[in-house]
Amino acid sequence: MAIEQALQIFVFVILTLMTLGGGLAVVTSRNLFHAALSLILSLAGVVGYYVLLDAGFLAIVQLLIYIGAISILILFSIMLTRGLMTPRQVQRNEQWWIAALVVFLTFVVLIVALWQMVWPIADDEALRTPNVAISQLGEALVGPYAIPFEIISVLLLVALVGAIVLARETENNQGSHAEAGSSE
Amino acid sequence: MDWIAGLLIPFVKALVLVVLLLTGFAYLSYVERKLVARFHVRYGPNRAGPFGLLQPIADGLKMLFKEEIIPRHADKLFYLMAPAIVVVPALLVWAVIPISNFSFRIFGYEITFYLTDLNIGLLYALAVAELGTYGIILGGWSSNNKYALLGALRTSSQMLSYSLPMGTALLSILAVVGSLSLVDIVNAQRGLWFIFLQPLGFLIYFITGLAETNRSPFDLPETENELVAGFVTEYGGIKFALFYMGEYISMMTTSALATTLFLGGWWGPFVDELPILGIFYFVLKMSAVVFLIIWVRASLPRVRFDQLMGFCWKFLLPLGLFNVMVTATVVALWG
Amino acid sequence: MLIEFIPVLVLFALATAIAVIALVLPAFLGPRRPSRAKIETYESGKLPYGDARYKVPIGYYKIALLFVIFDLEVIFFYPWAVVLRQLHVFGLIEMGIFTALLVVGYVYEWKKGGFEME
Repeated sequence: MAIEQALQIFVFVILTLMTLGGGLAVVTSRNLFHAALSLILSLAGVVGYYVLLDAGFLAIVQLLIYIGAISILILFSIMLTRGLMTPRQVQRNEQWWIAALVVFLTFVVLIVALWQMVWPIADDEALRTPNVAISQLGEALVGPYAIPFEIISVLLLVALVGAIVLARETENNQGSHAEAGSSE
Repeated sequence: MDWIAGLLIPFVKALVLVVLLLTGFAYLSYVERKLVARFHVRYGPNRAGPFGLLQPIADGLKMLFKEEIIPRHADKLFYLMAPAIVVVPALLVWAVIPISNFSFRIFGYEITFYLTDLNIGLLYALAVAELGTYGIILGGWSSNNKYALLGALRTSSQMLSYSLPMGTALLSILAVVGSLSLVDIVNAQRGLWFIFLQPLGFLIYFITGLAETNRSPFDLPETENELVAGFVTEYGGIKFALFYMGEYISMMTTSALATTLFLGGWWGPFVDELPILGIFYFVLKMSAVVFLIIWVRASLPRVRFDQLMGFCWKFLLPLGLFNVMVTATVVALWG
Repeated sequence: MLIEFIPVLVLFALATAIAVIALVLPAFLGPRRPSRAKIETYESGKLPYGDARYKVPIGYYKIALLFVIFDLEVIFFYPWAVVLRQLHVFGLIEMGIFTALLVVGYVYEWKKGGFEME
């Protein structure tokens, strides 16, 4: 399987560059719209990781939900906000060096933790080739995870109601601004 | 698994596929112009070559030699990227579309008539096709043109909304077959095409397919009487052609998926005896759907934007969910 | 899984290459006679005023918001639909409850005029 391993490493390097580069651009880009687009690049890298990890369904869900839906929502909300689109934003304030220090320390802690962690996956033959087929997921959603699954639908219902309230509230505000002076 | 089977064969197959799709795009534009002309009792292109057959080549060359104009206030990088982001996903969907179950051997390597058979093929097609939305949003936003931005917003919200009923149409197929692999789905239609089991599903799929590919009567980006040309307003030359390439390839993809999901894919008379016939049946069915799409364009007027959204959210979505629930009840109780 | 994705990767590389070539080629083939009027933003022949990237109507944001929620709901249907045959009545009832809640939200949305475009 020489070809597969070579490709795997090649793809991994590309994906890492994509994810980290995208992430870096999100926090450094002075244009908010560009930052949002860089976020999509970063999320696309994660799709690739899921494929490498043999989690095809998760990769598609990441693609459909994060890239296909949530990122578009972010783009729309940026377009919605006047003044954020063209003027250049400054991405850092005077406390940037404190943040950098904290980030660096967190990085060190993470590296140490990763180094000391014993990864059980490498030992378990069954886990080495995970095949979380979509049918197993479906059975789990109806079987052991039936209650959480139903709670998700309640959560989504709440989100739906919240969405209406949010969008309408803003409409009312706009309306009252436009009709300022006129009676109700 | 060696280098030949792993990389060379997919590369050659992908190359052939891309060349066929690009040729298909060029001649589809000719066929559409010719057909629409006949519907209008006109002649259509008939100057370049016999019956105007060289027209796509003439168009292509003209596009290539156009001056490159990038608007002054455009966001250059994304302005240039947008057409590519429309075309690449449109081509990428074809990785999972099974054209035929026919296969032959060269030097011991089996050559099949599909690039790959993913066990999540159906969702892959849906998710990748949706990525084209970004090309449209970027095209409209980066042009910094009011018409382009409005067109892009309308088109992207149209594509988002209609992908929901499309998802429900695919779900009803999924409930019947129980597999997301497109090869499995075609194999399950050996006896009976799904259009007969899921007539409502096919109707929803076809309508949403028109909307997803921005075809008439849902060609909101092309509302020339209000938005000039929508998100392509500031585009010219080959970049303009790339947007249209994306649209036409998506149209072929929609037709190919309709064939795969509802019209029995490669199945037809005598396919069992002579599997190579499957390729012919696939192309035939796909062309029929393409013809239907063009026919619809020549027949129906464009809908208004609020009607378009209302139709999707208030009619197609509940209808699709209803279809899924009825299908699921039948499958779960008697399947 | 990775093996099945190699052709996708190959097709992606090829498609990207074609798109890039198509975008780069005209820069060498076409004439180059730029003028100020040519690169001006098109606004039906008038001089463009203001920035096009002005704030957009909230309706589009609302649609994207609704899309995120309904897309999530539809995604949850997929694994369930795959194993529907093995689940029989129990799976049907569970999804019935899930859908019922979805319908409640949908009806509320409709009554509140969430599907109207202004």
